[in-house]
Amino acid sequence: MIAENLPALLVVLPLLGAPLCLLLGRGRWTWALATLISWALLAISIALLWQVRDGAELHYAFGDWEPPWGIDYVVDRLAAYVLLIVSLIGAVVMPYAGRSIATELAPRLQPVFFTLMLLCLAGLLGIVITGDAFNLFVLLEISSLATYALISLGGDRRALTAAYQYLIMGTIGATFYLIGIGLLYMLTGTLNMADLSVRITELAGSSTLHTAFAFITVGLALKLAMFPLHLWLPNAYGFAPSVVSAFLAATATKVALYAMIRFIYSVFGAEFTFTEMHTQVLLLPLAVAGVLIGSVVAAFQHGVKRMHAYSSLAQIGYMLIGIGLMSVTGLTAALLHLFNHALIKGALFLAIGALFYRLRDSRLPALSGIARQMPWTMGAFVAGGLSLIGVPGTVGFVSKWYLILAAVENGWWPVVVLVIVASLIAVVYIGRVIETAYFGQRPKDAVPVTEAPLALLIPTWLLVATNFYFGIETDLTVDIAVDVAAGLIGTSGGGGS
Amino acid sequence: MDWIGQYNYYVVFFLMMTGFYVVVAHGNLVKKIVGLNIFQTSVFLLYISMGKVKDGTAPILLEGEAIYSNPLPHVLILTAIVVSVATTALGLALVVRIKEAYGTVEEDEIREQEEDA
Repeated sequence: MIAENLPALLVVLPLLGAPLCLLLGRGRWTWALATLISWALLAISIALLWQVRDGAELHYAFGDWEPPWGIDYVVDRLAAYVLLIVSLIGAVVMPYAGRSIATELAPRLQPVFFTLMLLCLAGLLGIVITGDAFNLFVLLEISSLATYALISLGGDRRALTAAYQYLIMGTIGATFYLIGIGLLYMLTGTLNMADLSVRITELAGSSTLHTAFAFITVGLALKLAMFPLHLWLPNAYGFAPSVVSAFLAATATKVALYAMIRFIYSVFGAEFTFTEMHTQVLLLPLAVAGVLIGSVVAAFQHGVKRMHAYSSLAQIGYMLIGIGLMSVTGLTAALLHLFNHALIKGALFLAIGALFYRLRDSRLPALSGIARQMPWTMGAFVAGGLSLIGVPGTVGFVSKWYLILAAVENGWWPVVVLVIVASLIAVVYIGRVIETAYFGQRPKDAVPVTEAPLALLIPTWLLVATNFYFGIETDLTVDIAVDVAAGLIGTSGGGGS
Repeated sequence: MDWIGQYNYYVVFFLMMTGFYVVVAHGNLVKKIVGLNIFQTSVFLLYISMGKVKDGTAPILLEGEAIYSNPLPHVLILTAIVVSVATTALGLALVVRIKEAYGTVEEDEIREQEEDA
C-alpha cells in the first residue's frame, strides 16, 4: 500500500505537514515535525532510487487517470538521483534550522518559517518527479512563492528588496515557461512530457515550436540563474537567513537546471536542441562568461555569503558548459556537478551560518582571527572550500575532472584552460577568507565567542563528510550519471521515455 | 483576411509586450506589479483563445451532439490565475514592508539610501 504510493507521498507529505506546522504554533514541536518529515522524505527518496537502480521506470497516475490525460509522476534514475540530493539537503538543513533561526527570527515567525520550508521542499521535489509540463509550472510557483517569502525573512531590510527583485524576475521566468507550454499545447494537444516528445518529432521546422523552445529555455534560464539572467541571485542568497541561503544555494537552482535538462533532452531531444536550434552557440559563451565573471566578482566581495552567491553563479556556469559540450561525457560532468555542487555549497553555507550564529555578522572583517575561537566551524569551511576548489579526494575534483575530460574529448582546449583558471580564482577567494580567519588578529574590542553549538556543527560536518565520501567512493554517483547521460542522449529525437 | 482570424493573438502580444515594458521600465514598485499583472493576463488570453473551437459552445452538457470549446485550457488558466493572485498578493505585501523600511516605493530612492548607508 505505502510502497506503491511512494511517488505521491513525496509531495503530499510536506504539503500536509506545512499547515500542520502553522497550527502547532511556537515551540519545538514544529521543528520536530518538520525534521521528521524531511527525514521521511529522505527515506522515500532512497527507497525510490533503490527501486529504479537497474534502469526501471516507476509511474504513478494521480487519481488513476491514465496518462496522457491525467497527471503522471515518473521516477527514473535521473529523477531519483535529483530527488536524493534535494531530500538529503532538506534532511540535513531542517535539524540545523531549529537552532539557527531561534536567534535570527522572532518567535512568532518560526512556525511560518517551517511551513514555508516544507512548501518549498514539496515544490522542488514535485518539479523533479512530475511528468506533466503544466504541473511543473504549478510546482515551480509553489516553491518560488515559498522562496520569496523565505528570503524576505532575512534580518536586513535589503532582504525585502532582494525578495521583491526575485519575485519580479522569477514570475517573468515562470510566465515565459507558461507561454512556451501554451504554444506546445497548441501544436500537440498534450501536456504529458513523454507524449510531447513523441509528437514534437513530427513537427520539425515549425516556427511555433522554435518559439516555444525559446520561451521555455529562457524562462528556466531565469530560474536557474544563467548569466546574464542571474541578477536576483546575489542579493537573494546574501540577505536571506543563513539556513535559507544554504537550502536554496544547494537545491533551488539545481532543480531548475534539472527541469532544463529534462526539456532539452527528454522533451525536445538533443538533436532538435543542438542541430536545429543551435542552442550551444548561445549557451556556451554565456556559460563561460558566467564562470569567469562569477569567479572574479566573488573574489572582490566583502560579505562571505555574497562571495559564495557569486561563486554559485560560476558553478552553474560549469554545469551549463557540460550541457553545451553536447557529449555524453559533458552531460555526465553537468549531472555530477549538479549533485556535487549541492553538497559543496550546502556545507559552505552551513559553516557560514554557524559563524553568523555566534558573530551576528558574516562580513570578512568580522571574521578576523576567528579560527582560534571556532576551530571546528572554520575547519568545516576550509574542507568545503577545498572541495569547491576541486582538490583531489573531494567531490569538486570529480566533477571538474569529468568536465575537463569532456572538453579534451571535443578538443576544446580553451574550455580546459578556463576551468583551471576559474579554479585558481576560487583559491583566491576561499584563500582570502582563510587568511583572515586564521592569520588575522581578533579586534581588541571584540566580544569573545565560543565554538558553535553541536546542533549546528553536526549537520555541517555531515555534509562535509559526504563531500569526502563521494569524492573518494565515486562509484555510486559516477555510475548513475554516466548511465543517465548515455540514456538521455541515446533517446534524443526518438520515443522519449 | 487571415489577420482578422488572428485578432486575439495580436491583442495577446500587444498586452504581453506592454506589461513586460512596464515591468522593465518603471521604477515604481507598485507599477511594476501592475505591469506584471498585465503580462500574466496576456498569457491567460493566449490560453483561452486557443481553446476556442469554431462554432463551439460552452463546454457543458447539452441535448444532442454539440460542438464545444476545449475546456482544458480554461481549467489550466484557472490554476494560473490563482498562482497570479498569490504572486500579486505576496508582491504587494513585500512593497508594504519595503515602504515601512525605506519610506518610499521608488526604486532609485531606495538605491540612493543604500549607497548612503
